[in-house]
Amino acid sequence: EEGGALEFDMVGIDAAIANAFRRILLAEVPTMAVEKVFVYNNTSIVQDEILAHRLGLIPIRADPRLFEYRNQGDEEGTEIDTLQFQLKIKCSRNPQAAKDSSDPNELYLNHKVYSKHMTWVPLGNQTDLFPDADFQPVHDDVLIALLRPGQEIDVLMHCVKGIGKDHAKFSPVATASYRLLPDITLLQPIEDEAAEMLQKCFSPGVIEIQNVKGKKMARVANARLDTFSREVFRHEGLKNLVRLARVRNHYIFSVESTGILPPDVLVSEAIKILMGKCQRFLNELDSVPME
Amino acid sequence: VQADGTDGNCVTFVLHDEDHTLGNALRYMVMKNPDVEFCGYCITHPSESKINFRIQTRGGLPAVEPFRKGLNDLMGVCQHVLNTFERSMKEYRAQR
Repeated sequence: EEGGALEFDMVGIDAAIANAFRRILLAEVPTMAVEKVFVYNNTSIVQDEILAHRLGLIPIRADPRLFEYRNQGDEEGTEIDTLQFQLKIKCSRNPQAAKDSSDPNELYLNHKVYSKHMTWVPLGNQTDLFPDADFQPVHDDVLIALLRPGQEIDVLMHCVKGIGKDHAKFSPVATASYRLLPDITLLQPIEDEAAEMLQKCFSPGVIEIQNVKGKKMARVANARLDTFSREVFRHEGLKNLVRLARVRNHYIFSVESTGILPPDVLVSEAIKILMGKCQRFLNELDSVPME
Repeated sequence: VQADGTDGNCVTFVLHDEDHTLGNALRYMVMKNPDVEFCGYCITHPSESKINFRIQTRGGLPAVEPFRKGLNDLMGVCQHVLNTFERSMKEYRAQR
């Protein structure tokens, strides 16, 4: 596990369940993202709808489990389902710039609009509900727009809870994927030059050369690192000596989070969502009388 | 959830707001049941989010039974995966 990405192994489940987890991680774990943008003033060259689209894609560090879904048709939004952010920025000329400088960083103030300029505006009793939480975008340095002197952006944003199935901005993972554990077997002992060539055919670390009784023998050290490029089948001499397969029930999942929730929390949430779906149908089965 | 069919052995459930995510996983769990002769699902049309889930049982068992058992088994699998995952995360964290 490192830097927002988690790699873990699941042994003994079937492809259907593994795929179900992957699909849920991508599309059904809810997050908060900007949905409605109220534009009070936008004199920049970025069009309103493009600006709104960009703002929607910025990941917001807010635990979606603390919020509810907004009811359909509810335009205003209450404090339990909406987070309000404000972005108010105006670009001006820098009076202290040198006369002949052409660097925009020196000439203008506030000409780059970053996500750190987004400020949280608490609604209703949100200051009491979340006293020490500070809602802000996950990354401070996402460039939203560029301005020149005299241009300004003044927008109010409403963040709601949603799922990736509705719009990809609600997806909590950068990506989630799985692969099967490779199974490399050497059908015959391979030595000397053939061993060297074999080692080059696979990713580094997969095959290691050991010195057995003076001769160099090849041995499969760590099949997990292999990327399955099948280079070995291009060589006539080595083609028949190696069998490439996959271990059937051993899945290596790799989950990369966008930073809203840590990846292990995402996996737990995904499993709970699958359980919730089953529970929903069980309840319906029990409540509707079957003829 | 709607059901229709000639007798209790062979029932087609229509599940709304579902897709391959639950359909394939549930099909796999129901197929493990030895009483089930036929189990399959299909998506009626990709624009509509609903699946037809059909179960046909051998002998006198009403088809709702394997459906219920499949759902319960799937929940059991998820619970087990959740417990194992959290336990391993705890061990991994403690070890680091």
